[in-house]
Amino acid sequence: MEELIKREYETLVKYYESSGGNSKALISKDYASMVINGDRVLAKNSTEGIIIDARRIENGVHAVIRIKKEYKAKNPVHLCFGMLPKEGRQYIKTEIFAEEDSEVRFIAHCIFPNAVSIEHVMDAEVHVGKNAKVEYEEVHYHGKSGGVKVVPRTRAIVDENGEYNSSFVVKSGRAGMVDIKYEVRLGENAKSMLVTKIYAREDDYVKADESIYLEGEYSSGVIKTRMALRDRARSEVIGKTVGIGAYSRGHVDCTEIIMDEAEAMASPVVMAKNPKAKVTHEAAIGSVDKKQLLTLLSRGLSEEEAIDIIVSGLLK
Amino acid sequence: MLKVENLTVVRNEKDIVKDVSFNVGYGEIHLLLGVNGSGKTTLAQAIMGIYPCRGKIIFEGEDITALPIHERARRGITLAFQEPARFEGLLVKDYLMLSAKDKRMGRLEEVIKMVGLPKSILFQEVGENLSGGERKRVELASVILMEPKLAILDEPDSGIDMLSFRLISEVIRKMKDMGTSVMLITHSEDMINIADRATILCSGKVIATGEREEIKKLFRYSPCPLRR
Repeated sequence: MEELIKREYETLVKYYESSGGNSKALISKDYASMVINGDRVLAKNSTEGIIIDARRIENGVHAVIRIKKEYKAKNPVHLCFGMLPKEGRQYIKTEIFAEEDSEVRFIAHCIFPNAVSIEHVMDAEVHVGKNAKVEYEEVHYHGKSGGVKVVPRTRAIVDENGEYNSSFVVKSGRAGMVDIKYEVRLGENAKSMLVTKIYAREDDYVKADESIYLEGEYSSGVIKTRMALRDRARSEVIGKTVGIGAYSRGHVDCTEIIMDEAEAMASPVVMAKNPKAKVTHEAAIGSVDKKQLLTLLSRGLSEEEAIDIIVSGLLK
Repeated sequence: MLKVENLTVVRNEKDIVKDVSFNVGYGEIHLLLGVNGSGKTTLAQAIMGIYPCRGKIIFEGEDITALPIHERARRGITLAFQEPARFEGLLVKDYLMLSAKDKRMGRLEEVIKMVGLPKSILFQEVGENLSGGERKRVELASVILMEPKLAILDEPDSGIDMLSFRLISEVIRKMKDMGTSVMLITHSEDMINIADRATILCSGKVIATGEREEIKKLFRYSPCPLRR
């Protein structure tokens, strides 16, 4: 059994590295980290200020990550979630508690390199304490067949003066089916920025439903979505900000490039329940910007090269 | 270097450029003068290959009329738009690298300085963060770094202050010294003093082409006699 875990660990780390992850951080004692394959916790490391507890549950893995009061992590927490088999379901329930005045950055890589029919459900609860800050960067690699269904769910509560920023990125390989639902509730003077960047191809389908509730006075939030779709890919983007607290500020910003027979729908929703709140939105869907394309063509780039430059800039 | 022969450009069933002929010589700064709406930008973009046209465009003895834009660029023609495009997520240095023949950082810094911008701008995005004037100068830097044989600059003098005007005039002279022919599109005669020759376009037609002083007088006297 130990030999099997070691082999799985090594294989996953290899993919982790090729998808841009820092594999040295996974073995260093100075970095808090966790590696999960399917429903098995292959490795985990806590540090002085970051306690990681993860165990197998009936239908997956339950992980609790606690960042101690006033602890400001110098190194990011590295998380590697994956499934090496072609088929299966992965369920990960995560609870993150960033206690008062703490600061932490997560770098999570979700890897399904051989996926033919895989479902990955990520169910996260995040609590950002008073004056605390959490950054959560999530990079996905779903292989080339498109047989992945990814269902990330996050509910975050951010206390007074706290900050929660997250990014969800799928740039290379197929996106498959992505169904994101994030909900963030902000206290007084709290901040949040939710960024989603996805390149969808062939018959990929992406749904991103993100909401920020600006409950506290002077709270502020931005939902930023950037997507490029080609072939027959489809997307549905819902960005919602609700201004509840006085002087709260919210903004929804969505830009999508569609090519070939791709289809995109964007619904920015802005709601205010307080006359002193201000919520705004902008959304643009269209083909590759003509002037950008003509500029690059007149510098000698081919159309294919020019489109690649424009799309990678949008998703950067 | 460039021969435009009987060029006609039709857009939305309307002749915007009508049977236009003129030449640009090697190492020449050629001003294409005309009041607003005279067809200058359409003509410039047709030379770059953006609009289809009737007639002939000969570049260095080769008929390039049917070539796509990037093939014309690879032969040494480029165009800087009057309002350059913004690129989200692309740093100025990376944008300049795309066209630069000499991709060394030192060369990029040299050209950025030449167009009057600080080195630090190389690490900014070619996005909305740049002012209109900065974006124009970055575009000029991109053209210089490409080392084209013919640079078509569409209204590089529009929306800039007097100081910037002097600097841009100086940069255009330097481009000529580096061996680039420049075709300058403008509606104002302020730039005529840096030109060697000029052509006046009026209602889509060439009404005069020739030496600078002669064209200057004509333009002052009647910038567009065909328009009533």
